[in-house]
Amino acid sequence: MSSVISDSLPVDRERPRRDPRLHPLGVRILHWINAVAMIIMITSGWGIYDDYVIFHGTHFSPSLRLGSWAAPSLLWHFAGMWLLALNGLVYLVYGVVSGRLKQRLLPIGWHELKTTVVDSLHFRIAHDDLTVYNAVQKLLYIVVILAGIWQVATGLFIWKPVQFSAAVALLGGFQAVRLEHFIGMSVIVGFLVVHVALSLLVPSTLWAMISGGPRVPRTAVRPSGTAVRT
Amino acid sequence: MKSPFRPKKLPDAGVLDDHRPLIRSLQRRGLLRGGLSLGALTMLSGCDVGDSTSVGKALLSVSRWNDRVQAALFDPNKLAPTYPESMILKPPKFNAYFDIEKLKPVDAQTWKLELAGLIADKRPWTAAQLAALPQRSMVIRHVCVEGWDYIGGWSGPTLRSFLERIGADLSAKYVAFKTADDYPSSIDMATALHPQTLLAMQYGGETLADPFGFPLRLRMATKLGYKNPKWITAIEVTNQYPGGYWESLGENWFAGL
Repeated sequence: MSSVISDSLPVDRERPRRDPRLHPLGVRILHWINAVAMIIMITSGWGIYDDYVIFHGTHFSPSLRLGSWAAPSLLWHFAGMWLLALNGLVYLVYGVVSGRLKQRLLPIGWHELKTTVVDSLHFRIAHDDLTVYNAVQKLLYIVVILAGIWQVATGLFIWKPVQFSAAVALLGGFQAVRLEHFIGMSVIVGFLVVHVALSLLVPSTLWAMISGGPRVPRTAVRPSGTAVRT
Repeated sequence: MKSPFRPKKLPDAGVLDDHRPLIRSLQRRGLLRGGLSLGALTMLSGCDVGDSTSVGKALLSVSRWNDRVQAALFDPNKLAPTYPESMILKPPKFNAYFDIEKLKPVDAQTWKLELAGLIADKRPWTAAQLAALPQRSMVIRHVCVEGWDYIGGWSGPTLRSFLERIGADLSAKYVAFKTADDYPSSIDMATALHPQTLLAMQYGGETLADPFGFPLRLRMATKLGYKNPKWITAIEVTNQYPGGYWESLGENWFAGL
């Protein structure tokens, strides 16, 4: 945990332009806007859920809900959706066009996935090099990105079940889509718990998402997605 | 298509809903107290009408923007799914801003439908006259903003045929309703002209019962439940935004499905 910043990375002082940071400024801005949007959507969604619960006898504490009753929770939810969807769209377009998503998240090695899971369960969390994600991290980030897309889609279907009646029927009906939207939320909240816990366990990762993190040699970031480790 | 998750017997969501005004007033009091102690943080989550905070105003203006987005998303030719008559829930679910004990039935003998605004023939209508108009039936899903739903079967003249019959200005923006339970409501003209928008007089093939809007209520397949006023007493065609009961408390106006 001590050798986190850049001393393992070669620095070419002759280079006219300095290497880019691990998290470019744009990514950091998108990340924190997304964090705010997600929290708005989750907590206002809990307010909406509580108006007519899916699981009998369960509800979210009013202190955790955004909105003093259902109507303001709905106002928050249908305002936050723009922030979440537009910010997410910019992130995905940028990630695909720049090759960053592919380069950072693919490929996931099956063997590495197994060993990392076993290691993590034994609390052997090796995270000395912030510039590479291990297989579990890659998988978690892919899952949460898909869950975000899933939430936008199922949310749209619940909002407009007549305009999107074919999609609602395909997903099992109105109440089924409500449940599926709830499950998507649960996946994201589950991710969030792990994500925040690990960032606090390895604070350099949290600081990197604020400051940008170590500089990464350009050779390591290729749009083709083939990362060359130096 | 019936969802496997749809309960055989609908749970009673009425408990919370029927006490909504009381809950709201209690929450408002809590909000005032919280506002004094926690300041801006609490005000962030409080957004009742007349909310003068900038956050509250911003949220309401996004809601107005969402009205326009929904109007653009609304396809006037798209029909909502319909269901077999065997799926009709009998009786339907009673839901209003007051308890069923407080219900004041409308007297059919003296009841008249008044007309106002951009309408050529403003003579009032009796229930018998309305029943003599061509009737249309639909078995559709009722979706409440709270999240519950049920299948209901409704019959009556289409609002479109009625508006055409009375010479309403179909290029006007809004159709507004006044009701015996003091529940003003209004909809956009595009939805008013949709084929699945009825002035319902029957439920499940029988005359509408008192709790569900006798003698005349609005029933739309393309809007949330609270947009469907019951015990209608007057219809107005207008270009001035008329608002509505829940809308004045912060619910979205367009509320399209």
